[in-house]
Amino acid sequence: MTQSLFDKAQSLFDKVWERHVVSAETREQPATLFIDLHLIHEVTTPQAFTVLKERGLKVRRPDLTLATIDHSTPTLVNEDGSRPYVSAQAEKQVELLLANTKEHGITTHGWDSPYRGIVHVMGPELGATQPGMTIVCGDSHTATHGAFGALAFGIGTTQVGHVLASQCILMRKPKSMCVYVDGELSEGVSAKDVILAIIAKAGVGGGTGHVIEYRGECFESMNMSERMTVCNMSIEAGARAGMIAPDATTVAYFKDKPMAPVDFEAAAADWLSLASDADCSYDKEVRLNAADIKPMVTYGTHPGMAMPIDGLVPEDDAQALAYMNMQAGAAIAGTEVDTVFIGSCTNSRIEDFRIAANIVKGKSVADSVTAVFVPGSEQVKIEAEAEGLHEIFLAAGAQWREPGCSMCIGMNGDIGKPDDLIVSTSNRNFEGRQGPGVRTVLASPATAAASAITGVITDARTIARSTS
Amino acid sequence: MSFPPFTTLTSQTLVLHIENIDTDQIIPARFLTTTSREGLGKLAFNDWRYDEAGDENDHPLNGDAAKACQILVAGHNFGCGSSREHAPWALMDYGFRAVISSEIADIFHANSLKNGFLPIVIEKSAHEWLLDHPSEEVTIDLEACEVRLPTSSGAKNGGTYPFKVDPFSRQCLIQGQDELDYLLRQDAAIKTHEASLNKVGQ
Repeated sequence: MTQSLFDKAQSLFDKVWERHVVSAETREQPATLFIDLHLIHEVTTPQAFTVLKERGLKVRRPDLTLATIDHSTPTLVNEDGSRPYVSAQAEKQVELLLANTKEHGITTHGWDSPYRGIVHVMGPELGATQPGMTIVCGDSHTATHGAFGALAFGIGTTQVGHVLASQCILMRKPKSMCVYVDGELSEGVSAKDVILAIIAKAGVGGGTGHVIEYRGECFESMNMSERMTVCNMSIEAGARAGMIAPDATTVAYFKDKPMAPVDFEAAAADWLSLASDADCSYDKEVRLNAADIKPMVTYGTHPGMAMPIDGLVPEDDAQALAYMNMQAGAAIAGTEVDTVFIGSCTNSRIEDFRIAANIVKGKSVADSVTAVFVPGSEQVKIEAEAEGLHEIFLAAGAQWREPGCSMCIGMNGDIGKPDDLIVSTSNRNFEGRQGPGVRTVLASPATAAASAITGVITDARTIARSTS
Repeated sequence: MSFPPFTTLTSQTLVLHIENIDTDQIIPARFLTTTSREGLGKLAFNDWRYDEAGDENDHPLNGDAAKACQILVAGHNFGCGSSREHAPWALMDYGFRAVISSEIADIFHANSLKNGFLPIVIEKSAHEWLLDHPSEEVTIDLEACEVRLPTSSGAKNGGTYPFKVDPFSRQCLIQGQDELDYLLRQDAAIKTHEASLNKVGQ
């Protein structure tokens, strides 16, 4: 694309937005934005398909729609091969997704697909997610796909219906925000710690009304799995979407993906042209130094209530601290743990389980702890098992389950007991998120694995690694 | 789908003086296995409203007066969390038609407007007055884009406060119409866009 001398310098977000405008925004009406990829799952689609049926509409672009089942699906299998659904309603919801997608000719990665998984893990693995795309899903963690330089965001069920029927949504262009993290991370500090530090600094509403672009050396040196962890939690800072410009790391990711473009070189050249122009501007900027970031954990009831793991619980909202049974001024490391969950669209990829295995290897999960490890997709499960990681986990006494959202949202019945403290690699620590009365501490896979071994919240940097 | 037109609304307020009320509080995730949008009002704020036996506790949301309130006033950053449209569905089925806060999360905000539920972000002083004065009768005038606080209450901030709402969404609300027909009428423009994609071989 040629750029005239008079064009304003554009950000990555500006470029992707502009490519997808079907009709422009005016004072009276929002822009109509074309959607390149519509990901769907069982939870937020039934009522949308009902609207299509009531109005006699069909799915405009089944070829740009991709389905899976992940939220209400059991992560255990009965001995007879049947699946222990939490309720008849959960099973009905899954069956309805499979029936609706069959009726409308939508490709679906159901029980028999080797690609079934958490929708935000599956999309990139297939190569369905690509740089420069607009991607939506009835799921707020759609922001994950922004790691590839896509404009990806969650929508509600009404808009799911809009996209099914028209392949477009109505939207006013959000403001832009840049989060710069300069420098290199210290040893033992992960992408999860970076995004928790960003949310703690920007606040849970800090990104409201904005699309974030993450820039700086810290993100440039991350692999795609780490970039997905960062973009995934943009919504926890209030932002609709988070993006990272495509670079050589991005391009390399797609080389062996089933749905990668046929003319790969041309596509790659186009992707690399999406990077923000040098002198583009943002409506808001936040800046952190990578060297200042430590392993982070949450102590309260929203993701902004996060602190360095070697710190003291700060004075904060009394109700939140009471719910968490945390005392201001006390060290958070050493707090007793009941359950450890490694999984969710934030941290359930192969790289996350490699980190966990490296810590768990040759050790045992503490007797007082239930450790639940849930791969993000069938592909992650296959790869982890090929590497023998599941044997390390099982030998240590951890559970190794079937892929799904599982304990992140607990819709399938994978929840804790009241008052349980769960160290979780997921994305939300709201009251009751992992079961009524359950206390969630968000953390990285390394912190979660270390805490599973010791039975208390533990800085993984203090755990000796197996050298064998 | 359409909904009842929204022009002006006068009602007592129900105040939840809590910041960052998230969608897991508005309707817990375990209820999202539903395949319909009906009957979610009894599940609104479920984990705050019921005891272990499943009976209503003494939470303000359980009073008969509360259930007659059509305007919810909530602390800063209401509706953060997930994209579940079950949240505005549950609030509307409970009986609310509008929520007033000093900040409202993006996706919840968008979902609300698409269901005839009005999210209002109002200036801080008026928001604080509303938080401090539960059960006052307040008028929301969508035609004028104003919230009118009672002047008879003796409150020094009693008065009229403007709020912003997207003109397109406002028109849809006033007419009780959803956006799908508008999108479907753009078929020709969408086809043109699709044709341009095919040309570059995507």
